[in-house]
Formats: sequence, structure tokens, C-alpha cells
Amino acid sequence: MFGYSMADIGNIVVMQGFSGLSMFTVLLLMALGLAIIFGQMGVINMAHGEFMAIGAYTTVMISKLAANYGFVNYYFVFAIVIAFALAFAVGYFIEFIMIRHLYKRPLDTLLATWGLSLVMQQIFRSTFGAKEVSAELPEWMLGSFKPTPDIDIPINGVFVMFLAIIVTAGVYLFMFRSRWGLRVRATVQNRVMAGAVGINTAKVDRMTFALGCGIAGIAGAAFTTIASTGPTTGTLYIVDSFMVVVFGGAASLMGTIASAFGIAQAQSILQFFMTSSMGKVSTLLVIVGILMMKPEGLFASKLRK
Amino acid sequence: MSAILSKLNSSELLGGKKGVLGLAVLAAIIFVVLPLGVDIFRLNLVGKYLTYAFVAVSLVLLWGNGGILSLGQGIFFGLGGYGMAMFMKLEASDPISTKIQTTPGIPDFMDWNQLTAIPWFWEPFKSLPLTILAILVIPALFAYIIGFAMFKRRVGGVYFAIITQAIALILSILIVGQQGLTGGVNGITDLKTMLGWDTRVNGILLFGCILLSRYILTSKFGMLLLAMRDKEERVRFSGYDVSDFKIFIFCIAAMISAIGGAMFTLQVGFMSPSFVGIVPSIEMVIFCAVGGRISLIGAVYGTLLVNYGKTFFSETYPELWLFLMGGLFMAVVMFFPNGLAGLWDQHARKLKFMKRFYDDTPEPERFEPTLSATKEAVEAPVAKKEKPAKVASMKGAKA
Amino acid sequence: MSNTDFVLSIEDLTVSFDGFKAVDNLTMYIDKNELRVVIGPNGAGKTTVLDLICGKTKSTSGSIKFRNKELTKLSEHEIVREGVGRKFQTPSIYENLSVYQNLEVSYPKGRGVFGSLTFKRTAEVEAQVRKVAEEIMLTDLLDLEAALLSHGQKQWLEIGMLLMQDPELLMLDEPVAGMSAKERDQTAELLNKICNNRSVLVIEHDMEFVKKIAHKVTVLHQGKILAEGSMDKVQEDEKVVEVYLGH
Repeated sequence: MFGYSMADIGNIVVMQGFSGLSMFTVLLLMALGLAIIFGQMGVINMAHGEFMAIGAYTTVMISKLAANYGFVNYYFVFAIVIAFALAFAVGYFIEFIMIRHLYKRPLDTLLATWGLSLVMQQIFRSTFGAKEVSAELPEWMLGSFKPTPDIDIPINGVFVMFLAIIVTAGVYLFMFRSRWGLRVRATVQNRVMAGAVGINTAKVDRMTFALGCGIAGIAGAAFTTIASTGPTTGTLYIVDSFMVVVFGGAASLMGTIASAFGIAQAQSILQFFMTSSMGKVSTLLVIVGILMMKPEGLFASKLRK
Repeated sequence: MSAILSKLNSSELLGGKKGVLGLAVLAAIIFVVLPLGVDIFRLNLVGKYLTYAFVAVSLVLLWGNGGILSLGQGIFFGLGGYGMAMFMKLEASDPISTKIQTTPGIPDFMDWNQLTAIPWFWEPFKSLPLTILAILVIPALFAYIIGFAMFKRRVGGVYFAIITQAIALILSILIVGQQGLTGGVNGITDLKTMLGWDTRVNGILLFGCILLSRYILTSKFGMLLLAMRDKEERVRFSGYDVSDFKIFIFCIAAMISAIGGAMFTLQVGFMSPSFVGIVPSIEMVIFCAVGGRISLIGAVYGTLLVNYGKTFFSETYPELWLFLMGGLFMAVVMFFPNGLAGLWDQHARKLKFMKRFYDDTPEPERFEPTLSATKEAVEAPVAKKEKPAKVASMKGAKA
Repeated sequence: MSNTDFVLSIEDLTVSFDGFKAVDNLTMYIDKNELRVVIGPNGAGKTTVLDLICGKTKSTSGSIKFRNKELTKLSEHEIVREGVGRKFQTPSIYENLSVYQNLEVSYPKGRGVFGSLTFKRTAEVEAQVRKVAEEIMLTDLLDLEAALLSHGQKQWLEIGMLLMQDPELLMLDEPVAGMSAKERDQTAELLNKICNNRSVLVIEHDMEFVKKIAHKVTVLHQGKILAEGSMDKVQEDEKVVEVYLGH
């Protein structure tokens, strides 16, 4: 097959699989934020990629500071917290001035947030320049881990994967085990009733939207460990993330994880055997094809209308 | 057939006095004012903008009236544009003018990519009639397949928007990736343009598409489109197969966009993937939104205005352009959902010299609930009764 | 009497949502020109029955025959074309269109894509619109945007839209909800008038209203029929009193 021996193919699959894992973590974190916003609120946030860029730029800036003051080995922890906080705050503000006026017009939200994404991209360009910038990675994150001589697994990839697992677990606990999550789910299921039992639904909406944006900020922090950041970084991931959310069945956490994994792995492994663009095309084509057959996504539950 | 003919004679097709005035003014601008008033360079720019106006008009049908937002109109613009470009590239690649190539007689980019023969799907584009057929039929067929798969399964709204967007992305990556077959990221270039008279052909075709759209919108089909946008379920339970109507309007919109794409190639002399993907597709939606999503004529002005702004600002203040474009998206959606046409209608009917053009046109559609004196008057004939509680809130919930 | 004499015969109809049986082995027949009212507490499965008849929900098992034609396999618009009309619980009209257009759109000609493109407003259409408008008391408001109608008028308009189709079976889901006393009386009159040449199936909560219109009442409870017969008979039924009328 393609002139590779079976052992080669095994190694390629493992290594591409691991590079797929890095992509999986970024996609998963992006999609988690989107799934909360879209799945729970029905809002399409086309500027979600730019919220990721906020997180990425924040991390890059903190890493520069860290390099100057010599705390490179620990900065990442602060960076994640600040990236989350900043993206959360911007999201909170945007919900207040824009999104809340558009809840009844989902298609219009899509256009308005696209406009927002253009504005944010230009802000990034004016502030940080058009060139891509990279974070100073701590030493322990560089290098790779070699279980066998032919397999090479970058440590940064392993790190972001752990990060993603922690965030996913956090989202799960928040949505399904906390008081706040209960309020969010109640508001989604019956807005009027939730309001009637004393839930401040407007506040729930704002917090939910901001939380989704904050998670995108964390995705940005994770992103800096595997690639450099530019003003249009966010747009590269937006369609893929939407595909993950829709493919996974918008309201299902397991579905989001599984579809992020499937899409990232498929792209990563196909890209090795085909050209990178054909790998992406075939993956997207399969997804669109499946969505046309099964529009509710893979993990949607059957409900009484 | 006789029904169509009698319809063509009625002034309803032209949209009453106001519609006739609108068409006449637009015609005067395109065919008289611009050719006489601006230099050839600017005129060609206007010609280019007018090709985008086809897409904006198609979106008035599909999105403004049908409530179906396609973020993939670039697909059809591109299919039309590439169809025309393939024909013209083959015209330009005769063995004599390409004799320095390794394989003379094939398009230059194929030669650079070590192709030695024209790929099979280029063959039909050697003939002009087949090319024209392909420009009209392939986009419509493609739209039919997408529309059939989605509308028959009742996928609509946001999902439809995202999936059409993904298809636009797929097509643009595919074109970029298959350099030898498509010209890759540079597209198909160095084509002859029909210098001089193409703006007029463009304008005539655009008017043709506007009249076709008007015909559709003023027929029962148009009424059903509005009805579906408002209460799809009700239309279905009045005995209509809603999906058929959506598929049809999607195909028509695809065809109109494709004509625009083909005209673009003729006008500008090249076609590239940057007119196919996500960004151009969504920008075309904003042309339509700025003009007024339910106004065919408004969409044309919207396109001209936004593109003029884009050209002006990217020449003088490139930094500002994205801010403005982004701001425009947000402002139109939030404050002027009916765009320029809405603003114009609101104010023009109050002007003295405009009034007589409005006397046969009803008040425009409103987005916000109006609880004015008219409502009291309406209720009067039905004697006294309890105040209906839900009337106002129902109205706000549409759109 | 064989089943074929009924306009609608529902037999052994069941639908379950993830194991929960919303309608459970239901059997029910409706005569020609009959006005039947279905009552029952919330969650009894009343609206689900209408959904099943008009094809909005697909049944798990059982059959629905309309004039001897099986409906369970047809899609919504085909069922409508067979002659079944359905009014929704909240008024479902086209707010952007005028009252006239609302009625015109519902006229059963030009139902295909190309039919609708060549549809013409003939004298026949005009006459039918006027006739229905008269019946639903909206003659004076034909040119008005439907959004401006009162709640009760919207309910009537939707009934009118169904009358345009001249269905043999008309199904109404809580037609007087939110109406004033006077409007209720007018609606009762309207329903009594329109069931002269068709069968009507009504879901209603308002007992006064039910008494005014019902030929026969069916009481549903937990997806099953609890009692069936005249209003008086049903009201005296102990089981019914217990689950429904008792409070």
C-alpha cells in the first residue's frame, strides 16, 4: 500500500494520530465553547475563532513578559487563567451590547457576529501587526517523547491534551453537576418557566455566552503551544469547529468529543496519504454527506416535539 | 402560458408606479449616467460590481423572501465564472499562441503542471453553446442536489447556512488544491474581455434577472415564499410540499448567481477561488442586506454602494476598511434590517414629489410591532370585547 | 355497520416516545357530518391524536383510514390533499400577508411549483374568498395585514383558510382558547354552520362551549378512551368525573 511496509504504516498512524491529537484538543476546546453557545442558546457565533485568538495573543504576550522576567517555566498557568478571563469579559460585554438583541433572529446573529469577527481581526492586526507571533515555550514543553526509535511524540501535544481533558471535565461538572448548569439547562428547555421560578434568564444567557467565549480563550492558549498566532488564525478553525458541533449533535457533550476526535484524526491521517488540501476536502465531504443523510447529527436524542 | 403573458402586461409585474420609477431610475443610471459620467476604468469597476449584484438579487429571492440563508452563493458564482473562464481559456490557448509550451494547445497552467492533454471535463467548454448550457444547468443541478438532500429532510435555518458555507469552503480548497486542472490559487487568468459593450450586456441581463425575480415574487409562488418564511408548518398543512418550493427557489437563485459569475469573467478577464469561498459568499449577503433584503432594486444599490466603499477605502484608508465592513454588518442587522430600501420607503413616501408614486403601493413590511391608533380602528367593527393579550407579542416574534 | 361507512376510522393506534405511550391502542370512528369533540386532562394525548391523523407525528402501530384510504403512510401535504384540514392550537396565519392573501394562498389550486407560478386570481377564486370571508365575519377586513387582527379574528381567519380548501374532515385544536364570551358564541355558531356538509373534530377544554357544539364527546385519558357518547352521558360517567370533571 503506497509503497510503505506494514511497520511503517503502523508508525505513521501512531505519529499522525498524535499530531491529530493536538488538532483534536484545539478543535475540542473550540467546539466545547461553540456547543455551549449554539447548542444551549441557538446562537451562531461566527466570531468564536477571534475569541480563540484573544486567548492566543494573551498567552503570547504573557510568554514574552515571562521570558523577560525569567519565569518561563511556570507562566502557562497564569496565561490560561488570564486568557479565559479576558475572553470571558469580552464575551460578556458583546452579549450585552449585541447578542441579546438578536436572540429571536438566529440568522441575523450569524451576520452580526461575522461583522464582529472582521472588526476583531482588524484590531489584532493594528495592535500586534499582520505577522504571526509565537509564544516562548517553556523548556519542559519542548522536545519529544520516544517510546520506540521510530515513533516521535511531541511533549507539547501531550500537554494540551491533558489540558483539554481537564477543561472538558470542568465543563461537564459545570453543566451537569452545578447549580449554575442547572439554571442554564432549565433556561434552554423552558425560558418562560425558568423565568417564572425566579431564574434571571437574561443573566444566565450572558454568563453562558461569556463562558463559551472564555473556553475559546483557553483553546487559544492551547493553540500557542502547537502553532503561531496571526490576526486570521481564528477563521481557520471556525468552519471545522462548527462541523464538529453540528456533526456531534448540538446538545451532546459526548457527541462533541467524539466528533472532534473523529474529524481531527481523519484529517490528520488522510493528510499524510494525500495532499493536505485533499485530506481536508475528503474529511469535510464525508461530514457534509453524513449530515445530509442524518441532519440531526450523530448523537442527537429522539424527543417528543 | 396565457397566464404568463397576461401577467407580463400587468403593471403588477413592475411593482406599480413606484416599481416602474425604481426600474427606470436604475436603468438610467446604468445605461446613461455611468457610461457618460465616469472614465473607462471606473466604468469597468461598476461593471464588476454589477456582476455581484446578480448574487445580491438571488439572495433577495432566497433569503429576503424565502427566509433561507445560503452562505454558499459563491459556489454558484464560481461555477458560472469558471465555466465561462474555461471556455475563454481554451479559446486563448490555440496551438499557435502557445507554441513555446511543452505541449502546445493546452492552457498555460496545465503545461506548467506537466499535463499533456486537456482533462475530460474541459472538453465541453470548447463549444460556446455547451458552455452557456453548462453555466446555467450545472449550478442549478448542484443546487438541486444540495436542496433536495436538505429541504426534503427539513433542514433549514442555521444548519442550512452552515452546511452551504462548508460546501463553499470545500469547493474553494478543491480548486486551490487541483492546480493542474483548475489553475489553483491564481485561478484562470489572461482572458480577453469584451471591452466596451460588456457593461451594457451585463445591465441587460441583470434587468432580465430582476424581472424574472419580480415575476416569481408577484405570483402565488412569491406569496407562498413569504408564507413559508412566516409559518412553514401552516403552508405544509395547507397542502403544499414546502420542500419543492424551497428547492426550486434555491435552483433559480443558483442560476442567477451563476450568470453573474459568468459575466464577472467576461468583465474582468479572470476567475479565481477567491470568489468562491466563505468570505466572498458572506460578503455578498451583506451587499443584499445593505440594499434591503426584500427589495430587488435595493440589492443592486446596496452592492454598488458597498463595493464603491470597499474600493474607495482600500485605496485610501486600508486600515479602516475592515472596521467599516464589520460595523456595517452589525449596524444593518441591528438597526436597519430592511436596509437602504427600507429607509428610502419610510422617508420617500412622505416627500411631496414622491407621493404620487406611492399611492398604489401599500405600506412596507415592518419588523417592529406598531401599536398605533390603526389597531383600535381595526377592532371597532367587531363590537366590544376583551383586549386580546397576545397580538403585539406575536408580531415581534417574526423575522 | 362496517368501517367503510365512516369518514374516519382509527383502529388500534399507538405511538410511543422512548417507551412512553402517548396514545395507547386507540380506536375511534367519526361519521359523516358529525361534529365530535375530544376532551381530556392535560397530557391525555389529544393533540397527539390530531398530529397522528394529519401526519405530523408518525404512528408506531395501528391504522388511520380516511374514506377508506390509509393515511399513516402519507406525508402531510398528501393528507391535506386527501381532504383533511387542521387548525393549530395557537393561531397560525401569515402575519405579513393581507387577510385576502391569507385566504387566497389556501385556495386548493396551483399547489405545485409551476402551478403556483401561473396561478391567476380568477372570478372563481374571488368568489370563494368572499364567501369564506362572509362566513368567518371578516368581509370588512380583507385588505388588512393579518398581523393587525385581534386574537379571536386570527382564530377565525385560520378556520377560514381551512374552509378555502373545502376539506371533508376539519380538525380544530382548541379553537376558542383566548376568546371573549361573545366571540365564543360566534365561533360556536360558525362551527354548527360549517359541519353541515363535512365532519369536524374539535379538541376543547371549555365545557360550556363543548355543550353548545358537540354531537358526541370522546374522553381521552392517558392515551386511551375513557368514555364516549353524548355530553350528558359522558358527564355522568363515574370514571370521567373522577379524572376530569371532578375538580
